[in-house]
Amino acid sequence: MTLNEYRQNSAEQEKRGRLFTFLTWPFATTGRGAISWVNHMGAATIFLLLACLKVFRPKQLSKIIQQVYYIGASSLLIIMLVSLFTGMVLGLQSYHALVKFGAQGSLGTLVALSLVRELGPVLTAIMITARAGSAITAQVGIERISEQIDALDTMRIDSLGYLISPRIVASIISFPILTAVFDLIGIFGGYVSGVLLLGANAGAYFYRVQESLELKDVTDGFIKAVVFAVIVALVCCYQGYFAHMREDSRGAKAVGLATTSAVVLSCVLILIADYIVTSLLM
Amino acid sequence: MDTPLIEFKDVTKRFGPRTVLDRVSLQIYEGQVTTIIGLSGAGKSVLIKHIIGLLKPDEGRILIRGKPINEMDKNEMDACLAGMSYMFQDNALFDSMTVYENVALPLRETTNLDKAEIDHRVMDRIEQTELGDAIHKYPSEISGGMQKRVALARALVTDPRIVLFDEPTSGQDPIRKNAILGMIAEYQRRFGFTAILVSHEIPDVYFISNRILALYQQKIVFQGTPEELEHFEHPFKDEVIQSLEGLQQELTSLYSKRQFKVRYYAQLRRDTSEKSYVVAVFTLEGMDDVIAALGHEAAQEAIRCMSVLINKHFGAVGGFSARRGMNEFMTVLPYSDIAEAEDILKDFIEDFRGQGIQDISARALKRAASGGCVEFSIRVGLAQGQPIAGIDSVIESAKEQQKEVARLRCDS
Repeated sequence: MTLNEYRQNSAEQEKRGRLFTFLTWPFATTGRGAISWVNHMGAATIFLLLACLKVFRPKQLSKIIQQVYYIGASSLLIIMLVSLFTGMVLGLQSYHALVKFGAQGSLGTLVALSLVRELGPVLTAIMITARAGSAITAQVGIERISEQIDALDTMRIDSLGYLISPRIVASIISFPILTAVFDLIGIFGGYVSGVLLLGANAGAYFYRVQESLELKDVTDGFIKAVVFAVIVALVCCYQGYFAHMREDSRGAKAVGLATTSAVVLSCVLILIADYIVTSLLM
Repeated sequence: MDTPLIEFKDVTKRFGPRTVLDRVSLQIYEGQVTTIIGLSGAGKSVLIKHIIGLLKPDEGRILIRGKPINEMDKNEMDACLAGMSYMFQDNALFDSMTVYENVALPLRETTNLDKAEIDHRVMDRIEQTELGDAIHKYPSEISGGMQKRVALARALVTDPRIVLFDEPTSGQDPIRKNAILGMIAEYQRRFGFTAILVSHEIPDVYFISNRILALYQQKIVFQGTPEELEHFEHPFKDEVIQSLEGLQQELTSLYSKRQFKVRYYAQLRRDTSEKSYVVAVFTLEGMDDVIAALGHEAAQEAIRCMSVLINKHFGAVGGFSARRGMNEFMTVLPYSDIAEAEDILKDFIEDFRGQGIQDISARALKRAASGGCVEFSIRVGLAQGQPIAGIDSVIESAKEQQKEVARLRCDS
């Protein structure tokens, strides 16, 4: 084979190789993504199970109370504010829509059902994710990259039991309570805009609220809140705990990206879970 | 020799394609201070993280008291780890906890001691590490040196049998470096634990170490005493020790031991004339009392002042000096005899008694963690030698001739 023939062959082989890579790229990327997703799902499941098992160790109560204060009590003000304005907007929009059909008497039904069944659990979960979830990821992530978690392990303090379990339990306690607060303040917000500002009948509003809400609506809302609590706590803790293993960055940048991922992923999963849970509870 | 407390047998560790430890074998013995030296990034921290179980070897075995770690059941492993403490290079203090809470954490979480007992033990360690004024402060509110001491207090609060120190002096000034090393040596003597240090503070670590392990190109190339390391012939010595060990010791500004020997060989051993030289050995006595009364930093300041004074008198007449131990110095006066040396020493003693000892005391008190009475003395010995003979016997002879020449008393 002459040198020119060799060069021609090499160029052709290279061209075929590039074409092959181009054609297989979508499959390779999808495959890698799928494998990574399965890995993370497996790891997250084990992470959650171990953290749940370690809830029952001694000396957990004070840590759980601290976390309930941080995740729950400290989020109360922002939840009240968001729920008030959500209820008010709902009251305002619904009143103007209902008045066209002369059905402004159903304002209480619309506001109460929208809030208790959907908006209450979902918006509460998203607000806690933004306020407490991001902080959990950042805090655990910093503890990881500054070797504080390794320090716990060297002191024979179980890092999952010490850092993660109390946060999961505190989320499961806080989410339904904050959802209930959201629902109540939201209904009050609907009253403020619909009745006090737009002139709907106050008696009809509260009668409709009471008449349309069933116990199942409330319990379904709480079930959703618990599901969202597990999702938010798991995603935020997992992202922080494994911030040092991110492939896209290291150090402080990894903590920043982990926090962003935690918030985005939590919000997306909340909405997906909302659809699934609603379908199952119907 | 006894069964090693910790033994590595052909341990290999890789991170991806990079081999960090390659068939490393080593022994660490109980009750000793063992220091692992090597260049930055050589894998020293990786090596000691295997001991405490933070990392697992890819190949090879790690034995504790002759039993492989991987064959231990959970209870045995827990019992092993219960006796170990680890002081991280960057301290790994919990920044959301106060100094007191950081030190108390291992006792609160891993023991069933009552609050009063925990408080007693924590305050003991806090006072021993001179952190009394900082107990309610957060790590971000205290200096780097104090953070090191908090990490040290936390590592010692559980009364461990083995303490691993990962570069305990990194980022410290020379006085604090030596103060921390002095503190480790003192606690090791007092509590009898086995200390394993990772350091590249050469030669400072020699003064406190019983054994040195040299990590070079992924392998342990030397295990032995600091004295044996001086006679060790290997590229490690040229590449690592000479690059880490400055020509002068950082704290005292005197020659390092190696440079001292180089100067001795260059100036005296090659000289075929029969001129003699004199060796003076100085010892600061009572440093333990200074540490107890004023703290480690004050003691290191006293050592630094002492070296300045020695250099002032003996350096001016062509002498060269080095630090020989924690509180010991040696000086060579080339081409001198004992009579000339005694004249120079007389001036030194007069200066030392007149101004020097007061200076040392005043400077030490400035660095003191707490006010107190300080009492110490200096012993000096002289011996004459011939270049044809070795210097070691002359140094020993000077040490035997030592007598007290000055003393600072509390009432003076």
